[in-house]
Amino acid sequence: MLKIRLAVGLILVFGATLGWFVESSQTNGTRPFKLGLDLSGGTQLVYRAELSALESGDVAESMAALRDTIERRVNLFGVSEPLVQTQRGGTFAGESEERLLIELPGVTDTDEAIRLIGQTPVLEFRMLRENADVPGTGQLLENVNQLFEPSAITGKHLASAQIQFNQSVGGVPNEPVVALNFNSEGGRIFADLTRDNVGRFFGIFLDGVPISVPIIQESIPNGTAIISGGFTPEGAKELARNLNFGALPVPIELISTQTVSGTLGAEAVESGIAAALWGILAVALFMVLWYRLPGLIAVVALSLYIVVTLALFQWIPVTLTAAGIAAFILSVGMAVDANVLIFERMKEELRAGKQTKEAIHDGFSRAWLSIRDSNISSMITATILFWFGTSLIKGFALVFGLGVLVSMLTAITVSRTLMFSLNLNAEKGITRFLFGSGVAK
Amino acid sequence: MFIIANRNIFFILSGVLVAASLLSIAVFGLKLGTDFTGGTLAQATYAGGRPAPEALSAALDEAGFVGYSLREANENDYILRAANLTTEQRENIEEILSVGGESPVVIAQLTDVGPTIGKELRNKALVAVVLVMTAILLFIAFAFRKVSKPISSWVYGGIALVTLGFDVLIPIGFYAFLGALTGAQVDTLFVTAVLTVLGYSVHDTIVVFDRTRENLRINQEKNRREDFAETAGRALGQTFVRSVTTSLTTAIALLALYLLGPESTTHFALTLLVGIVAGTYSSIFLATPLLVAVERWRGQKGK
Repeated sequence: MLKIRLAVGLILVFGATLGWFVESSQTNGTRPFKLGLDLSGGTQLVYRAELSALESGDVAESMAALRDTIERRVNLFGVSEPLVQTQRGGTFAGESEERLLIELPGVTDTDEAIRLIGQTPVLEFRMLRENADVPGTGQLLENVNQLFEPSAITGKHLASAQIQFNQSVGGVPNEPVVALNFNSEGGRIFADLTRDNVGRFFGIFLDGVPISVPIIQESIPNGTAIISGGFTPEGAKELARNLNFGALPVPIELISTQTVSGTLGAEAVESGIAAALWGILAVALFMVLWYRLPGLIAVVALSLYIVVTLALFQWIPVTLTAAGIAAFILSVGMAVDANVLIFERMKEELRAGKQTKEAIHDGFSRAWLSIRDSNISSMITATILFWFGTSLIKGFALVFGLGVLVSMLTAITVSRTLMFSLNLNAEKGITRFLFGSGVAK
Repeated sequence: MFIIANRNIFFILSGVLVAASLLSIAVFGLKLGTDFTGGTLAQATYAGGRPAPEALSAALDEAGFVGYSLREANENDYILRAANLTTEQRENIEEILSVGGESPVVIAQLTDVGPTIGKELRNKALVAVVLVMTAILLFIAFAFRKVSKPISSWVYGGIALVTLGFDVLIPIGFYAFLGALTGAQVDTLFVTAVLTVLGYSVHDTIVVFDRTRENLRINQEKNRREDFAETAGRALGQTFVRSVTTSLTTAIALLALYLLGPESTTHFALTLLVGIVAGTYSSIFLATPLLVAVERWRGQKGK
């Protein structure tokens, strides 16, 4: 008995400590709840990477370079906690494609967000196909892929760029050019490329437009290429600056945007919290009125469930969305289900003439199978939804699945320990009353 | 047992509910939401009062919007559904929605889903539906794997499936009606709600049937003769309270979510609520009565 009561004490202390911890890490900001864009406000952009001009082996590497470059640019603009992710998508739409997912919390102007990303130059290098005519520069080409073939060097090999001035020739003023310095890998590739292709034309593309198609006159071993595209000094300076923040190795195309204003997000958080509080309160009240003493125990178990789940939200961390909050509230209603099953079985055993203690014991053991099974079917749904859902549904499924698991634990262990600790052995009227149902018999 | 004795009344009631759902789906239809079709969804809030729909429509027409729909929401909001925005439309969206600056606007949310993403989401949702259904089927087959008498396992499983069909049909029919009322569209959240109902409700039916089989076994062990309707009715009586109570606690929580929760999950909460109530109803008023009816029917055929 002493042992069980000690366990109860420990559980309560644990719950209280954990609750304090959750509270303080939220208010201190050490480990606050992570809010999704629909709650914090912000913009999500999804880009498709255009990889057709790329040698197939380079996909993963180019996507990584794409992500790093965009991430650098986003950080540059002081967006707090941005998320830049590559994804393979489209498998379920017929053909797979590489995507870039960008989340910008706090940026609630879609255009501003798009501009922010759009300023990143796309730098590509392509070899003109043999026998193809040299195209004009400075304008978009319709038949790029017919004229040019991919080369092994891409924007990701760029280390730095700087503005230079060409030597003046016969009185013509110095033309500003941009010198591209490749990194060591890029320098090596570029040296090989130029050595093997002397006499061919080499296209340098900026944002899809060929800006310079020089002929390779000799091997260039020093890892520097020059873009001369009739720049003004200002234009060349800006290009060099933009290139220094990183160039995209492949073009990207915007395929989806989502923006939620901060006000709407804040409202959603506020009403979500209100719904959670009132939901918890209503469920707790119902349990106490309906099941009396065992109901009170269920409420203690429920409180522990809530504290543990909230702590898990902070620690994992789970990105909370409106759907996630809905899942949490749903899980509160379902968390007491295990208790209901146990109590109903207990009452049945009591009616069958068993002693209180025995009835509690049998109630737990007989309800267990039912509790396990009912949670299995919910876990099946949660797992499949998690696997196949979008981020919105993933948020729901994760919270829902987590809730089912944690509630199973708290309902059984906590309620069980609490129930036995009360030592309700005496067959007194008061005990019978406390174990009775809400409707007097 | 009242429910067993009056099962025909409940069959009729269930039939009426099914018919109403089917009718609602046929009449109102289910419209796919932006996340499945691709396109633009914008919520515009006008703190100083929203412009007349004609004025806003004119502004949209001028900006080259075609085939869009406008719906009033909340006190001062418009919900705009349209095709994917052109770059020009997107850059000027605030200007367009404010009718050239006449009605100051805050764009509460703006979603533009590309066609590939829409198609992908649609296919993903379909796969999820098929997978969940298959998994639940397997779960039912597993739950009723043991052959028992006087009714074979597959009858229990078959009836469990019928009740599940009921559990899903009712919220779908309800949602079609809700769509006509409030413009709710079938989106990923709706699919999630239906699948969640499926996972949650299947269990109540399994519990009642398990109890029936347990009672049958005990009767056999004790060599007690009892009418099947009696045995099944007793099982229903034994599980009735727990079925109602577990659903009630869940319904209470969902009601709080519906009444107080974020706007984006209101329809979701309502669909879940309807589905869970339907699930509880079917496990009590449909499953066991159907079981008894099948048993009677087979008994008569055997004679």
